[in-house]
Amino acid sequence: MSAADWLTLFSGALTTLALSAAGIALGLPLGLALALLRWSRVPVIAPLVVVYVSVLRATPLITLLLLIFFALPSVGITLGPVAAGVLALMLNGSAFNCEIWRAALMDLPKDQIEAAQSTGMRFGLYLRRIVLPQIARASLPGLMSEMSLLIKLTPALAVVGVVDVTRAAVRIGAATYEPLPPLLAALAIYLPIVYALVSGQRWFERRRAQSEAAA
Amino acid sequence: MHDFGIVWSERSLLLSGLANTVVLTVLASVGAFALGTLLCPLLMRRERAVAWAAHAFVDGFRCTPFLLFAYLVYYGLPTVGISFDSWGAGLFALVMYHTAYVAEILRGAWAAQPKAPVEAGHAFGFRGFGLWRRIVMPPLLLAAGPLLGNQVIQIVKDSAFLTVIALPELTHAANSIQSRHYVPFAALLTALLLYWALCLVVEAGVAAVGRMAEARR
Repeated sequence: MSAADWLTLFSGALTTLALSAAGIALGLPLGLALALLRWSRVPVIAPLVVVYVSVLRATPLITLLLLIFFALPSVGITLGPVAAGVLALMLNGSAFNCEIWRAALMDLPKDQIEAAQSTGMRFGLYLRRIVLPQIARASLPGLMSEMSLLIKLTPALAVVGVVDVTRAAVRIGAATYEPLPPLLAALAIYLPIVYALVSGQRWFERRRAQSEAAA
Repeated sequence: MHDFGIVWSERSLLLSGLANTVVLTVLASVGAFALGTLLCPLLMRRERAVAWAAHAFVDGFRCTPFLLFAYLVYYGLPTVGISFDSWGAGLFALVMYHTAYVAEILRGAWAAQPKAPVEAGHAFGFRGFGLWRRIVMPPLLLAAGPLLGNQVIQIVKDSAFLTVIALPELTHAANSIQSRHYVPFAALLTALLLYWALCLVVEAGVAAVGRMAEARR
């Protein structure tokens, strides 16, 4: 592999990281919003959220992405490959994040909410001061595991023409007739990134188990 | 609506794609489960080197995107003399990849099991494979049921990646219908709903196992 090939790989790595970060940054709050809608049992919308989550959790990212990329133009919305990729990652992530946030919300003791309401706190205030800090801590390991899953899904974006690490590696392999070295190099780029997230998740889980044992 | 009519006229292609996805999922699930149950005890061995190697295998796959692994098998392995067609490569990749996850799921469930039944099994003269099959596995499977079910759903979804190595599964079928007739919305939405139906079937199966576990408790 030449220096130019390495450069292609690293720019692919930057694309992977940027798109993953964008998908995570958009998917987290959307998942939280969906979880809150279900949690507060908003009529009509809450059951729709249930269906949304169920469908998206069952949909392969690659199928969702093809649907977004090829079907949206027929209703007049044309998205580039990058925008379609980020949208697909966001929708996919939001469904999984919603379930993680919701599990944390269900574990939240109800008396805390009642206490907040009895002191006259409004929804926005007790959400920010009481609910969010606790569910953020409880959801963190699950959310980190979801982030590592999302990074592992990003190679799917190549089907609509995004050049991520995997795509870059396949291209270099096709050009040099030596597919193994660039694919292994791509693997060496993914391993530390995903391993950092997996280790972080384990560390938080251990710390929580210790604090629960101490309590 | 006319678009869905076109998809209906291509139903045989779509159904063969669905059938291929189901076949892939069933074969990969059985293969990954069989290998995962063999790998799981290695993760818990006292010999440091064995346990370390097994953990490295599992962690390596947990940090690898499935599509990259499928490419490594399909494009990379032939350069070292191991060639597959797209079915062989796809199935091999699915089995190897998910073996790691199944082993890790079983290890987690095993660590949470009480030790007493195994000791009692020892006392009654069970050992080796008999102990594993009769005493260790049954409660382990019931406890790990939901997570194993999730893994089957993950296999269904990962099989969609295999469209890139031209394996004619559901996404591949839907995509070729959409590009042939230019009915992207109808074709891909139909595929998406079929995936949903598959996952609901798996979830119903997991719920049935859960009820069985509840009844045995």
